[in-house]
Amino acid sequence: MELLRFVSVTRRFGGLIALQNLSFSVHEGEIVGMIGPNGAGKSTVFNVMMGVYPATDGKVAFLNEDITRKETADIVQRGIGRTFQTTRLFKNLTVLDNVRIGLHTRAHTSVLDAIFHTPRARHERESMQVESHRLLALSGLGQMAGHNAGSLPYGDQRRLEITRALAAQPKLLLLDEPAAGMNRVESEALGSFMGKLRDQGQTILLIEHDMKLVMRLCDRIIVLNYGQKIAEGTPDEIQRHPKVIEAYLGEELDDVAA
Amino acid sequence: MNLALSYQKITKINGRTRMLVFLGAALLFALIFQNNSYVMRVGVLAMLFATLTVSLNLVNGYTGLFSLGHAAFYGIGAYTSALLSLNLNFPFWLSFLSAGVVAMLFGALVSLPAARLRGIYLAIITLAFAEITRLLIINMQWLTHGPFGLPGIPPPSLFGYEVTSDAGVYLISLALLLLTVYVIERIMHARPGYALLAIREDEQAAAASGIKVFLYKILAFAIAAFFAGLAGSVYAHYTRFISHDSFTLNESFAVLSMLVFGGIGSTPGAILGAFLLTAIPEVFRFAADYRMVIYGVVLTLVILFRPQGILGKSSLALTGAPRAKPERKSRGTA
Repeated sequence: MELLRFVSVTRRFGGLIALQNLSFSVHEGEIVGMIGPNGAGKSTVFNVMMGVYPATDGKVAFLNEDITRKETADIVQRGIGRTFQTTRLFKNLTVLDNVRIGLHTRAHTSVLDAIFHTPRARHERESMQVESHRLLALSGLGQMAGHNAGSLPYGDQRRLEITRALAAQPKLLLLDEPAAGMNRVESEALGSFMGKLRDQGQTILLIEHDMKLVMRLCDRIIVLNYGQKIAEGTPDEIQRHPKVIEAYLGEELDDVAA
Repeated sequence: MNLALSYQKITKINGRTRMLVFLGAALLFALIFQNNSYVMRVGVLAMLFATLTVSLNLVNGYTGLFSLGHAAFYGIGAYTSALLSLNLNFPFWLSFLSAGVVAMLFGALVSLPAARLRGIYLAIITLAFAEITRLLIINMQWLTHGPFGLPGIPPPSLFGYEVTSDAGVYLISLALLLLTVYVIERIMHARPGYALLAIREDEQAAAASGIKVFLYKILAFAIAAFFAGLAGSVYAHYTRFISHDSFTLNESFAVLSMLVFGGIGSTPGAILGAFLLTAIPEVFRFAADYRMVIYGVVLTLVILFRPQGILGKSSLALTGAPRAKPERKSRGTA
């Protein structure tokens, strides 16, 4: 089933064309990689999709519904979750509270529920607490629940951000360079964590510079350069694609991936 | 070291116990000083300022928005309540509630432009709103009697009894403070409160968690204004006379100072800040002209040596974190 579809999306910033006539789609259960040199427009794809800034032209559809002009919160509600290129955790709050905030769209306690302490408020308070602990245990951060998010080691911070995004049970998860700044050990751990997610059927759109990770995990890869799609295919096809090799300044992708 | 330990112990006591202890102390205070109308008068002001500070904390402390015009809602509440009682003979309870609702509507109105702004721009727009409110009060003479103010406001009455004693109004304002604390704490420990904290920490990440940032900001402003309006109503019926003089930027800044002094982002801190900064100028009355100097020096010392405020936490976490020791912040980072 098709989850996401970009139809000739263009995004301009003044004279700069960040995305030009970009079309692609993501299907349920897939892990799709998005690669390209710095400034190719990869993060712009995420920001346009999430409604951070709207597309100048073209259409974004999620589950056959036009979400081009929707607000971020509405898009999240429909089932897209994301992480950021540089982590954006709620640093002064605990690890547990970060995940609880991630559960926002799955809960329904309103201000009036909260003030009058209705059964719904009481019940949700309990169940969300339990659910947060469960999610933290799954991602291996259980021991850290009471710590401030800002005090975690870097690798754990990135993992917490993914956990927070997963808390909303998104149909599509966007990961923006999750392995950036990680050492070998941390990125291996991340790779196996994502492998686990794939086995659970989680659909992921992944921006990543770590070619080894991309080639290993992705079913399909989209290559951007100067805001345009220059290639799309399986990891094997992409590694041999002449335009891709050219975009990466003649580097053999085999070498990069090795 | 000892001090740090006992501080931690204090913060561990649960909310309900803390509220009961506070209520007991406040009632004991009333019992001892009930016939001293000067002390009771200071007590009423302390309670009303604490209500203002606690409600401002919802916006400035928990949601991380820098609102500078809280006295405007206090004034709107006071004038609404006074005018309804004087012109339409509303009973006290109805004027009181209307004051809250009208202030809340204005809070929501201001937040429409304000919620799109951040930091200093937000501060300036709320400041401008407070100043406009004050000028409207002076210039809308047909409604507010302008600079002459509104005399002859009836005292608060409950269940047919007029509350004319200072101790009586003290109890009413104590009840108002407790209500404010209760409501805000309930919100903060449930889903909407988490949403507000998320907005304070990182708006983009909050939106990416599905939080409707704009809506929650309006909500924070509206609720804070509601309680400020209620405080204004009690003030109007207590002093029986109001004028624009009582709702100037001075009052807005005083409330903000109390919040920063007691600990921004902490409800007990907000209450303590309001009590201390209301009491200090009174306690030092013997120092005559120097008492405001003392006020300034105390405020400066706290900001210098404890930038997070007296009861402010170095960590603003909701869920209890196992803290080894309070983090020492470098000076001047507040």
